[in-house]
Amino acid sequence: MSAVAASQSSAARSEQLYWWMLLAPCAFLALFYLVPVLNVLVLSFTVPRPGVANYAELANNAAVQRVLWTTLRIGAITTVLALAIGYVVAYALVHCGPRERQILLGIVVASFWISALIRAFAWIALLQSRGLVNSALMASGLIESPLSLVRNEIGVVIGMVHYMLPYAILPLYTNLRGIDDRLVPAARALGATPAQAFRWVFLPLSLPGLIGAGVIVMIFSLGFYITPAILGGGRTIMVAEFISVQISETLRWGLAAMLASVLLASVLLLVTWLSRFMDVEQALRK
Amino acid sequence: MSMSDAFAQSRLPLTRIIAWLAAAFLLLPLLVVIPISFTPERYLSLPTDSVSLRHYGSLVSDGRWSKSIVDSLLVGIGAMVLATLMGTAFAVGAWRLGVPLARRLRLLLLAPIIVPPIVHAIAFYRAWAALGLLDTYLGLVLVHAMKGLPFVVLTVAGTLANLDPRLEQAARSLGADARQAMSWVIFPQIRAGIVAGAAFAFITSWDETIVALFITSRAVTTLPRRIWEGLADNIDPAIAALGTVMIVLTFVAVAFTATRGASAKA
Repeated sequence: MSAVAASQSSAARSEQLYWWMLLAPCAFLALFYLVPVLNVLVLSFTVPRPGVANYAELANNAAVQRVLWTTLRIGAITTVLALAIGYVVAYALVHCGPRERQILLGIVVASFWISALIRAFAWIALLQSRGLVNSALMASGLIESPLSLVRNEIGVVIGMVHYMLPYAILPLYTNLRGIDDRLVPAARALGATPAQAFRWVFLPLSLPGLIGAGVIVMIFSLGFYITPAILGGGRTIMVAEFISVQISETLRWGLAAMLASVLLASVLLLVTWLSRFMDVEQALRK
Repeated sequence: MSMSDAFAQSRLPLTRIIAWLAAAFLLLPLLVVIPISFTPERYLSLPTDSVSLRHYGSLVSDGRWSKSIVDSLLVGIGAMVLATLMGTAFAVGAWRLGVPLARRLRLLLLAPIIVPPIVHAIAFYRAWAALGLLDTYLGLVLVHAMKGLPFVVLTVAGTLANLDPRLEQAARSLGADARQAMSWVIFPQIRAGIVAGAAFAFITSWDETIVALFITSRAVTTLPRRIWEGLADNIDPAIAALGTVMIVLTFVAVAFTATRGASAKA
């Protein structure tokens, strides 16, 4: 009897241990992460004085509107380009031979791991006025004066697509791989042209993958800081860089906190929407 | 090769050409960094007449670069240890208890991936100023541990998903106490997941730039912070040397995992 009681109490003790293991990291995160992040939301309503004055800037401040518009525009362009290129790459990955697949996937995954700073450096070296692209074009006599390819919106879009492309390819590849590869030949056997088989069979089946990958690229594009800040050269300013300038130079904490809250809310909305199409955890796994 | 494969490949040429062009777009800009790193000049250029290792040398001899490398290693290891401990504890607890609450808490732990880094920068700047943690190793280790935590949870939970919770109960009913069950039954089974999670946590810290820019200044200068400063003013070719080292390491790591994956399948 007492042995049973002892083993029961030890089972309860071990249960208790697992609860500690579960809850201690959460408590840590709640205290050191959640509270500071929620405080940003609070700041947006309290600094410099209580009220919604910071949010009124969304309607009144032309600079704020321009930055938000630039962010949306570049985010949308990046998403469309990354999806278009990513879809073709994912399609080729699914349908090519194993050796080719291994090399292509290796390139995609390896580039995925290279830091945004090193990539920005590489693009500056390539695209600046005395950079390799301009030097090559001028040496070949195609152009007489250097093209301005960087420290403007073109540079930002090139750098962002380069950074986001693996984020589009990998979820799309997972999705396309899951499509039954007998369906398209079946449609062809029933008389569909290749284009019709793609349009009416393959494309609709890949729609969840397209939406999922698009939302992921958009989420990261909206908040992206390093690439636009370096390749935009202070001329093409996206919202994250604008926020950082408000804090470090003009010291407008309220405005910065408001824009950060708007950014956070947009990202959370997109994630909620994403969760309708795919397993968010799966999508975020590197 | 099945018939559908043959069918698919027959109409693939254009798709494959575009895919290889995209791969070149991903790869070539990175490869450009390698020749630049051998330039004998002080400014960003391709080597023309001769090559030089001076920029590799300055990574070691220039005190600012070497301090940054050491700082990044220290912060990265600290963040990795903390994130791995917390993430593994959480994942094992959630797996063993299997309660609905655990599923919801997992979403909380994923937040650091989803929340834009600039929001983190503001949040931690304010909080760490209040706690006196600005420009301290502890302050940055805490931040980076929280940013690495989701990756540990995802990878460890991924390996645990294939493990039956009754295994632990079986060990317990055979007389193992909770600690013994953990170290002899659970951990050996999920070691690969923990190691992968730890690697993710370290790389997350090694790469993290924006929060470091906000909450550190002179005492702690991680590598990304140093590169950022090097990009802002006169672009230093030492960045190309560092980039080359990191690119080569990344490709070696990817090739290594790819061959290991291939041999595991074979």
